Amino acid sequence: MVASSEPVPDKLLKIGTHTLDSRLIVGTGKYETLDGMRASLLASHSRCVTVAIRRERLYDGQGKNLLDFIDLDRYTLLPNTAGCYNAIDAVRVARLGREILKTLENPGFDWVKLEVLGDSKTLLPDPLATLEACSRLVDDGFQVLCYTSDDPIMAVRLKAAGATAVMPAGSPIGSGQGILNPNNLRIILEYLKSDDPDYPVIVDAGVGSASDVSIAFELGADGVLLNTAIAHARDPVMMASAMHHATLAGRQSFLAGRIPKRLYAQASSPEEGLITSRPHPSAGSD
Amino acid sequence: MLTIQFNGQPTSVPEGTTIEELIQSAGIPSRFCAVERNLEIVPKNRYAITTVEENDSIEVVTLVGGG
Repeated sequence: MVASSEPVPDKLLKIGTHTLDSRLIVGTGKYETLDGMRASLLASHSRCVTVAIRRERLYDGQGKNLLDFIDLDRYTLLPNTAGCYNAIDAVRVARLGREILKTLENPGFDWVKLEVLGDSKTLLPDPLATLEACSRLVDDGFQVLCYTSDDPIMAVRLKAAGATAVMPAGSPIGSGQGILNPNNLRIILEYLKSDDPDYPVIVDAGVGSASDVSIAFELGADGVLLNTAIAHARDPVMMASAMHHATLAGRQSFLAGRIPKRLYAQASSPEEGLITSRPHPSAGSD
Repeated sequence: MLTIQFNGQPTSVPEGTTIEELIQSAGIPSRFCAVERNLEIVPKNRYAITTVEENDSIEVVTLVGGG
């Protein structure tokens, strides 16, 4: 029998009413060119991309708009509230995003990546304003994917407030430091999934390289959202491909079930039938 | 003439100017945008019948790259 190189079957990532073919969500910001962005999105195999809402400026010299480079039949758009520092602004921006996506007839019109920042240097979330905005948006009918820190108690509060998914940061936005506190992420996953194993927890922010993505999935995250790690890589398209493979590798590694870590070695070759003798008995054995 | 805030800039427009005319005169493709007038969203089907008034604050937003 020929071994298949295809990935093992995995259930699709379900976030509220949305089902995604890839567990990787990628941003569309910071690319040097829109052509480069389009190629990178393709290489990432992602089917969901984040977008920001900003004042309309006149077309650039070439008459290009972001949406001319995003295949709306392929990608579900996930509008964000990036740049908001209070709940009122976040709700405003979310509603404007919904209005645009409705016009585009994109399925992403009813969800939002909620991001309410507390400080422009760290870009860490303001927990009080985030919780307030989350409640308001849930009341307004949004499916809220909520960016937060890696604080387990805050994650529980956001889920209780009706967030469709909680998205803890691995490390500060754009910092490329990876997952700084895997133990907090473990606790978040345990708490949020205790009554619903399929409740989506998505690591959002901080990814620097492909191994960070695999680690997130090995910890049990349902998805990873990243932008800068691809957009600012020396070769964004190659990095996007690496992120895709890291997603598959990390997820499969999680599903396959890793061996426990042990302090001492365990021989891989049989002990029996050795023609050699041990040089010294180990301390504590024999 | 009326003075309004148009995407944060003081702007003079003739009386009776509609949202649709405002967007067109700025060269904005309305396919990709949403409009807020004094913090309230103006639905697309009301652009042609909504006129701006003195001191209105109009925001026209679109989607841009983001994470």
